[in-house]
Amino acid sequence: MVPTGQPKPITPVKIAVAGMNFFYGKTQALTDITINLHANLVTAFIGPSGCGKSTFLRTLNRMNDIIPSARVEGSVTIDDENIYGPGTDVVDLRKRVGMVFQKSNPFPKSIFENVAYGLRINGMATSRGDLEGRVEESLKAAAIWDEVKDRLETSALALSGGQQQRLCIARALAIQPQILLMDEPASALDPIATQRIEELVYQLKRDYTIIIVTHNMQQAARVSDSTAFFWLGRLVEYGPTEKIFTNPAEKLTEDYVTGRFG
Amino acid sequence: MERHVRHFQEELDELKSRLLEMGGLAEDRLRLAVRGLVERDGTLVDKVLIGDGAINQLHIDIDDRCFKLLALHQPMAVDLRAIVAAVKINTDLERVGDLAVNISEAARRYLQHPPVKELIDIPRMAELAQDMLRDALDAFVRRDLNLAQHVLVQDDALDALKTAVFRDLLGYMLRDTPTIEPALDLILISRHLERIGDHATNVAEDVIFMVSARDVRHQ
Repeated sequence: MVPTGQPKPITPVKIAVAGMNFFYGKTQALTDITINLHANLVTAFIGPSGCGKSTFLRTLNRMNDIIPSARVEGSVTIDDENIYGPGTDVVDLRKRVGMVFQKSNPFPKSIFENVAYGLRINGMATSRGDLEGRVEESLKAAAIWDEVKDRLETSALALSGGQQQRLCIARALAIQPQILLMDEPASALDPIATQRIEELVYQLKRDYTIIIVTHNMQQAARVSDSTAFFWLGRLVEYGPTEKIFTNPAEKLTEDYVTGRFG
Repeated sequence: MERHVRHFQEELDELKSRLLEMGGLAEDRLRLAVRGLVERDGTLVDKVLIGDGAINQLHIDIDDRCFKLLALHQPMAVDLRAIVAAVKINTDLERVGDLAVNISEAARRYLQHPPVKELIDIPRMAELAQDMLRDALDAFVRRDLNLAQHVLVQDDALDALKTAVFRDLLGYMLRDTPTIEPALDLILISRHLERIGDHATNVAEDVIFMVSARDVRHQ
């Protein structure tokens, strides 16, 4: 029978969020979020639409900064640095904390250029050979190399949806982030492409800390080590994924994972 | 309850009613076998021996339903535990049906001999085993932890009765060797009744797991 609350192997805390409140103008979208996210684990954020899970994800690399009325209270500490502190270089932060979105958004350029772009603007390649090597490495890490190696100069827009999404993951990996934020990365994909992304997530966690927002509870159950359930802007429950889906502590979590609401 | 889970809930309710039906059948057969033994009525005993087709059919049907519910609805948390519990309870109830047949077989042989003694403890064991089975199934349907816990306690009384039956009959066998053969069948019957109590205990443990997610087995 299912051992409940069995601890996962402990890894260091990568992201520590303390007392976060988040506002869009006068509307409070997140209330008093405190959570430690661990390195080299996959953490899934689940909850009904509008619960704040995507908003919270975007606070982790300050993507919400571009919304004029947005305001954050509390702290997000990544590797001992409060990313909302005065000294934070947001561009550097986003290099460390990569992001993949729901809808794949490749640049209207060649497959090669999509991955090479970030390396070029960040001055990360020392030579053409180095650049090519890093592009290949990133495409391999994103499990798309074999499908595109013979047509690197063709347009990224000619790829299938699932391939485009993996290309975007390769693009994010190219600049060597430590953390990968994924906002419903497979929700627009068919089951086989979804399976590929999920398998990729499983492989990537060896090298990265992964946070994934998903509406698909089976997906959260399949890919994540830890799961956080959000409801009305609050963190209701956070724990080992197997506990959340077999024996959640909170009635609200149980009602959500059994489909009683949401 | 939201509309999108009504379908699942209906399936779950149907599953529960099938399990109850199966429990009822198993209980009937047990009662019949023991009544045949106590009243020395071979026709009652034979009714149990004729076959447990209905129970076997339900055994397959319930497993099939559980299998489909898991595959098609991918239940989580308490729903997942309910279906895992149903699969296991199904197996236990089927075994109870088999044990009723075993009891009838022993009773059939026993009735070919003059009675060893007036039967007192075996009918008490049968009553207790039936109570445990009924309570365990009620606990399943009502999600009643206290009742499930009560079943676990009753099992000790059943075990004690089985030991008493054995000691009692051992005395008869030592004093009067022609009673050995029929007395051995009574001992077998008490053993089968004790096993039925164990299956009721399993059901109660599954109910505790379903309701509270606690695994109380082997404690």
